Amino acid sequence: MSGLRMPDPDADVMARRAEIAAALRTILPTDSIITAAESLRVYESDGLTAYKQLPMIVALPETTEQVAQILKYCTAQGIKVVPRGAGTGLSGGALPLADAITLGLAKFNRILDVDIENRAVTAQPGVTNLAITNAVEHAGFYYAPDPSSQIACTIGGNVAENSGGVHCLKYGVTTNNLLGLELVTMDGEVLRIGGKHLDSDGYDLLGLITGSEGLLGIITEVTVRILKKPASARAVLLGFDSNESAGECVGRIIANGIIPGGMEMMDKPAIHAAEDFAKAGYPLDVDALLIVELDGPQVEVDELLKRVISVAKDTGAVYDRTSKTEAERLKFWAGRKSAFPAIGRLSPDYYCMDGTIPRKALPRVLKRMRELSAQYGLGVANVFHAGDGNLHPLIMYDANKLGELEKAEDFGSDILKLCVEVGGVLTGEHGVGVEKRDLMPIMFSEDDLKQQQRVKCAFDPNSLLNPGKVFPQLHRCAELGRLHIHRGEVRFPNLPRF
Amino acid sequence: MSTALRPNTAIEVGEIIAWAAAEDTPLSIVGRGTKTGLGNVAHTEHTLDLAHLSGITLYEPEELILQAKAGTPIAEIEAVLTEKNQMLAFEPPDLGPLLGTAPNAGSIGGVLACNLSGPRRFKAGAARDHFLGASAYSGRSELFKAGGRVVKNVTGYDLCKILAGSYGTLAVMTDVTVKVLPAPDKVRTVLISGLDDDGGLHAMTQGLLSALEISGAAHIPATLTPRSGVDYVSQSGVALTALRIEGPAGSVEDRCTALRKLLSAYGETEELHSRNSTVFWKEVGNVYSFAHESRAVWRISVAPQAGARAGALIRTVPNAECYYDWGGGLLWAAVPPEGDVGASAIRNAVAQVGGGHATLIRAPEDLRGETTVYQPQESGIAALNARLKSAFDPKGILNPGRFAVSA
Repeated sequence: MSGLRMPDPDADVMARRAEIAAALRTILPTDSIITAAESLRVYESDGLTAYKQLPMIVALPETTEQVAQILKYCTAQGIKVVPRGAGTGLSGGALPLADAITLGLAKFNRILDVDIENRAVTAQPGVTNLAITNAVEHAGFYYAPDPSSQIACTIGGNVAENSGGVHCLKYGVTTNNLLGLELVTMDGEVLRIGGKHLDSDGYDLLGLITGSEGLLGIITEVTVRILKKPASARAVLLGFDSNESAGECVGRIIANGIIPGGMEMMDKPAIHAAEDFAKAGYPLDVDALLIVELDGPQVEVDELLKRVISVAKDTGAVYDRTSKTEAERLKFWAGRKSAFPAIGRLSPDYYCMDGTIPRKALPRVLKRMRELSAQYGLGVANVFHAGDGNLHPLIMYDANKLGELEKAEDFGSDILKLCVEVGGVLTGEHGVGVEKRDLMPIMFSEDDLKQQQRVKCAFDPNSLLNPGKVFPQLHRCAELGRLHIHRGEVRFPNLPRF
Repeated sequence: MSTALRPNTAIEVGEIIAWAAAEDTPLSIVGRGTKTGLGNVAHTEHTLDLAHLSGITLYEPEELILQAKAGTPIAEIEAVLTEKNQMLAFEPPDLGPLLGTAPNAGSIGGVLACNLSGPRRFKAGAARDHFLGASAYSGRSELFKAGGRVVKNVTGYDLCKILAGSYGTLAVMTDVTVKVLPAPDKVRTVLISGLDDDGGLHAMTQGLLSALEISGAAHIPATLTPRSGVDYVSQSGVALTALRIEGPAGSVEDRCTALRKLLSAYGETEELHSRNSTVFWKEVGNVYSFAHESRAVWRISVAPQAGARAGALIRTVPNAECYYDWGGGLLWAAVPPEGDVGASAIRNAVAQVGGGHATLIRAPEDLRGETTVYQPQESGIAALNARLKSAFDPKGILNPGRFAVSA
């Protein structure tokens, strides 16, 4: 494991492994508890495969009551728990700990309620993102957030990571499409939050839990809102001589009052890799390519397409091609959606980054990225959710070459530092996990991080749930709660009082 | 008598909170004071008033973001956005007139702290969905950052969400960043006349189940339409069911035609054009119907299909009336300002139709002091909320007693 330090495993807990497994067998059927090394191997990493660790035990509950009992037991015994959905996460949020139970939610795989009239679906957390859309497609509805992993990733994992996708500038990320949750806290208490109604009474726990990366509770039920499929959708490919012109075009489209359903950008290495892989019909003689998709009523799509193409030409587009058929539109997307595997063919390994920047900083960031690429001697291809400024640089390396993984990680860190430097953030949709954990102080002050950890303490005072993720330093809750008062120091005599 | 402290800088806000924490002195937190009548009655000797923390500090239309000091008037922000054909898509309501304070005077900090959203809420999201970042002082007088200044961010916990709707009980925001969006070229409203509540709900649902991208859906009963400032509405003499369509001109016209055809079975339809539409939806969001009278006012959120049933149960309270927004999911109810102000009947109604929440938005102070203004919470949730309050404000000096969870 390169340079990443996880909390020291508790030798006492590890020594009690057999006893713990026996206790779990009183809660779950025997075949829902995994202890054999070869079966644990399946769970040793998530989508961030550079980091691996065998869990102590894997438990696969299938009812809320079982989850509550397991957590009660773990709290009483001081045993750590790492939640896991489908394990597709890209930031190591489900990376096991040697002294922890990995709690897999895969058996929570049922859709519980499809309520078209209230535009809501209730599902167990192990249901895949795409299965929700499949359950409502017959009525012309869909679930909007569409991460690239949507055939495999689960709705519970989506809530934990606050997942996005290519359509989220217009339709929002998970948090904007969530109505209700059932959550089991580390002490085994079952909380029901929200429902089919809008907005929260009390504090917005729904919003706080979304994107909390499995550190606050175990999600056992999710209610999302569904949307009617747009009446039509068309996409246009726009080619540019430079990344700068393409970036400029994106800004002007938005300034023109148009929020496209999707607006993706690829740089030259990404265009070539994707075209080679997917034969999407991309032009190969441009330096940057935009895919802009308009969706909605036919007449609106036609009108906005004209405006987008006109803006693009004014910004120096040298290529434009509008989809004539649904098959052609899907082909445009097939290239973009296969960018990751396409890069995978060019390079033995790649490392996918996820910073967000203010869009206007794009030329500066891309220029610096090219310099860094030369400095590290590693290639980089860029795909970019251009509408919302979310970058996905793909750093190409070979893990079998000594030191290249570390070099790729250093390159990645430099990119993320750059994102923060220009006013952006470390992660737009993949989460912090272990991957960006040690970079958190670049973006947050000590007080910022302490305040976030106090929130964690309100849910999990003993830090048993997914410790070692998100926060670079573990503080004891008692220490975080201390208040240092400087009595009588402040008088603010100059303040106006009325 | 309360003393108002009016800091001119964020640093002074921190100094005041440090002093209050040291002296165990509770503070009432006020943006521009238009919503002080909303919430549990709670008096403190000192008020921290953010009116002097005012001004837009950054506006980047192409990045879809605007940053402002917390006490900046919404009106100032909306004027600047209008110049660039943009808007706050969550339609911040102006509850000033309803609550008996000046119209159009609320602050961005206040709207976010109360998570108030208008008729577009079900399509475009609530205030909290457009709240990207904040600087705030906790009750520990520590400055912390929530979120960022880009539209897509999952770095760390989303503290903006919990600040939104916390009624100033967790932290005092000094600067906020919000997402802004292009304003529509054109607005139209299709009106159907004479439906009862069930019929209105049914018609709204038909619209919302279509692909016509409805951005407002309200039903106003016949007793309340005469109160509108839009002539067509006030002179209709009947209940009106209203569905809003926004977007590029050609698209709006096409969709209006399609919507009127879709809803033709429900009766005669009419259209309000841009200006009247704008006034009408402001009235819906600002609760204009109940602004100029003395009854108490409740805001009730339920599943959209439960709206009409909840309404029927609420109307069993003598002299109660209600209208519907959010396609039936939001009810505004007026009840006589006496007894428990309809609390038990309204809370029973919410429970009977499958759950949601009801908040007493306006009532005389003595009655607000005697009833539960916010939805009572399950014990587990209440305990968690109390721990969260303590995680931000361990001494309980920020707006003590004001919100459901800070009793």
